[in-house]
Amino acid sequence: MLEGIMLGLETAFTFQNLLLVVAGCLIGTLIGMLPGLGPMSIIAIMIPVAINIGDPAAALILLAGVYYGAIFGGSTSSILINAPGVAGTVATAFDGYPLARQGKAGKALTIAAISSFSGGTIGAILLLIFAPALSSVALLFHSAEYFALMIVGLSAIAAFAGTGQVAKALMMTVAGLMLATVGESALFNAPRFTMGISDLQSGFSFVTLAMALFALPEALFLILDPKRGEATSNSEAIKDLRITREEAKKIAPVIARQSIQGFLIGVMPGAGATIASFLGYAVERNIAKGEEQEEFGKGSIKGLAAPEAANNAACTGSFVPLLTLGIPGSGTTAILLGALVALNVNPGPRLMIDNPSIFWAVIISMYIGNFVLLILNLPLIPYIAKLLTIPRNYLIPFILFFTMIGAYIGQNNATELLLLIGLGIAATILRFADYPLAPLLIGFILGGMMENNFARAVNLTDGISFMYERPMTLALLVIGALLIIVPACRKRLSKIRKGGIADGD
Amino acid sequence: MLKFSRRSFVATAAAVAMSIFSSAVPAHAADIDKLHFLIPGGAGGGWDGTARGTGEALTKSGIVGSASFENMSGGGGGKAIGYLIENAASSHGTLMVNSTPIVIRSLVGRFPYNFRDLTMIAGTIGDYAAFVVHKDSPLNSFKDLVTAYKANPRKVAIGGGSVPGGMDHLVAAMAMQAAGEDPTKVKYIPYDAGGKAMAALLSGEIQALSTGFSEAIALANAGEVKIIGMTGPERNDAYEDAPTLKEQGYDAEFVNWRGFFGAPNLPEAKANAYRAAIAKMYDTPEWEAVRQRNGWVNIHNPGEKFVTFLSDQEAIIKDLMTKLGFL
Repeated sequence: MLEGIMLGLETAFTFQNLLLVVAGCLIGTLIGMLPGLGPMSIIAIMIPVAINIGDPAAALILLAGVYYGAIFGGSTSSILINAPGVAGTVATAFDGYPLARQGKAGKALTIAAISSFSGGTIGAILLLIFAPALSSVALLFHSAEYFALMIVGLSAIAAFAGTGQVAKALMMTVAGLMLATVGESALFNAPRFTMGISDLQSGFSFVTLAMALFALPEALFLILDPKRGEATSNSEAIKDLRITREEAKKIAPVIARQSIQGFLIGVMPGAGATIASFLGYAVERNIAKGEEQEEFGKGSIKGLAAPEAANNAACTGSFVPLLTLGIPGSGTTAILLGALVALNVNPGPRLMIDNPSIFWAVIISMYIGNFVLLILNLPLIPYIAKLLTIPRNYLIPFILFFTMIGAYIGQNNATELLLLIGLGIAATILRFADYPLAPLLIGFILGGMMENNFARAVNLTDGISFMYERPMTLALLVIGALLIIVPACRKRLSKIRKGGIADGD
Repeated sequence: MLKFSRRSFVATAAAVAMSIFSSAVPAHAADIDKLHFLIPGGAGGGWDGTARGTGEALTKSGIVGSASFENMSGGGGGKAIGYLIENAASSHGTLMVNSTPIVIRSLVGRFPYNFRDLTMIAGTIGDYAAFVVHKDSPLNSFKDLVTAYKANPRKVAIGGGSVPGGMDHLVAAMAMQAAGEDPTKVKYIPYDAGGKAMAALLSGEIQALSTGFSEAIALANAGEVKIIGMTGPERNDAYEDAPTLKEQGYDAEFVNWRGFFGAPNLPEAKANAYRAAIAKMYDTPEWEAVRQRNGWVNIHNPGEKFVTFLSDQEAIIKDLMTKLGFL
């Protein structure tokens, strides 16, 4: 293995390749900031350039730079304007945006950058050591287990609800699940709930919904409530990216835990960064104590570090099935697989034997991409964060513009804009009524995957016996049930205890 | 019928390459001044790759002066068809790309139109279908799969990347029907992405995978699967080791074609000019480069031949879908 690492390092550390990784990181960060252009589309855009380079190792190094740049750029729009461009950064907005609103945009971006870096780096190290051994783990999960994993993800939703909002959060989850059923599913050869509108045949698009639920209501709130904008006008504080020693101490264990958990989730093809970030957030919230738990959703640095570390580690984890089995675990790795195939590299069990220099160059390039990104972006953060000091009457149109571009760009379909506005107005009304919107989006994202995997499992076993016959499915379902029952019991117990004291005296 | 697969991602790569580098305009006079391609899906799909690849070959070889591309997604391709029909008079310079799903989706009534409403220019490329199994699978031929299926139909799950009633399912049903089995009993498991179906095959969730031949070749080259049957009329030199279903005694042929359509009532002279341009394209090195990069198989069906081909395919698919209960 050491030989392989040296081979990879030798390939990666040439002047040309270092230049490529820097260029890739910059391009990725800049384009990635536009909501609607996630890592997947940016890599797709860069692939022809990479293929023109000809040398597979150099091409991959460029793409790795773009990849990490795009992930970081995506977190930026989540944090600054509450516009998550990809599902994996939705959880980033939960605490990242409140932090930015408290005038700590610089700090939030720094935490995101450091957590991403650590997640990616720890992931790359795990990949380096365990990739061959983990290839069999990736195949442990059948449809039944994926279904159960989605249940675990959904049951963690109570974590996203504030106090006294559990019922509202569950209602929103159900609404999200319902929205996910619109259009043709992968399992039934018929459009559902499209009301005859042909543009709904492929269902709601994630980006449109995310923009409508998060970014648009926020922009409208800024108009309706002028005071909201003022908190963010102190430009010195916004640019300040320092993290105190105390804060570093707080987030270090979070990053360590979530990097490992995220990596393991990422190894399963089909689970990926989204689930990793949601579960990472939920787990950290559940194990946080007292006051810290209350802070989640209101600008907790732990709540920001957890999904950022987890989604980057999961992205790295998804390279395990790609490199060892040739299975793309996520949309982005599927694009990368396309690039590899176009470069005459066939990922799979033979890659390590046939093309060891490429195998190792990929892994090393991921590490370098991560590292260069951190060095490049830390100095840029004050300037990026300054975006929020733009006066409100310029900032709001700016947000609206990017929201609309985000919804339009993926589909090239103007109906998306009408959907965006309609859903955005509905979301704004819901926000006025104090309904949490994150559970709706999570329900939407997980709903489709859950339904597909459930139907496949039922079809494969001719019934629902898989729920108790497969030990791993059963275990995951039990975890899901516990996630709902335990917090509820704890709350009830504490209420009874409090009530008891009041009654007794 | 969006397939999230190796095929389409190679196509994406190619497509975007072209969108960036296709501005080169050749010096000498072209047969057709300019051509507009209407793509019924978003950037990066198989349709997108076909249109942009064809456009690249046509412009680089100087047959067409300049090409423009328009992605119009919506309604699984229905929106673009409707657009071309409603704006027929002003769309004489437009070619729309499409493929087998236009036949399937018209049959199930998902579109209010069918291919006969358009001017059929030519089928240009195609991809056969193939069945693959895990490299360690005890099944070594399609015959083995049929035998296993006969022993216990509920224990043999065949996966694919399309919805039930979609292409991968129809091919599986067609092959089992050719083996004298009841096609409605085939346990077909749909996956929403090629990668996930592949993971299911390797993990043993499904026993065989119905997929495109070019994708099957890529998987076989990676050393993970055996191709136990493909639906071409004879073995293909892209992967000589893959046996056809026909030579194993199952009379099932299928080709997923891709081709181009013009607006309804397109003047005959114009339609013929487009057909001639496409015919000329096949002999150019520019086309050969595009074709090879994407792993396409040349299946040229111009004009009348395209009409017959589509009608035949429609009849076969209609018959099968009726049997399967989708119609």
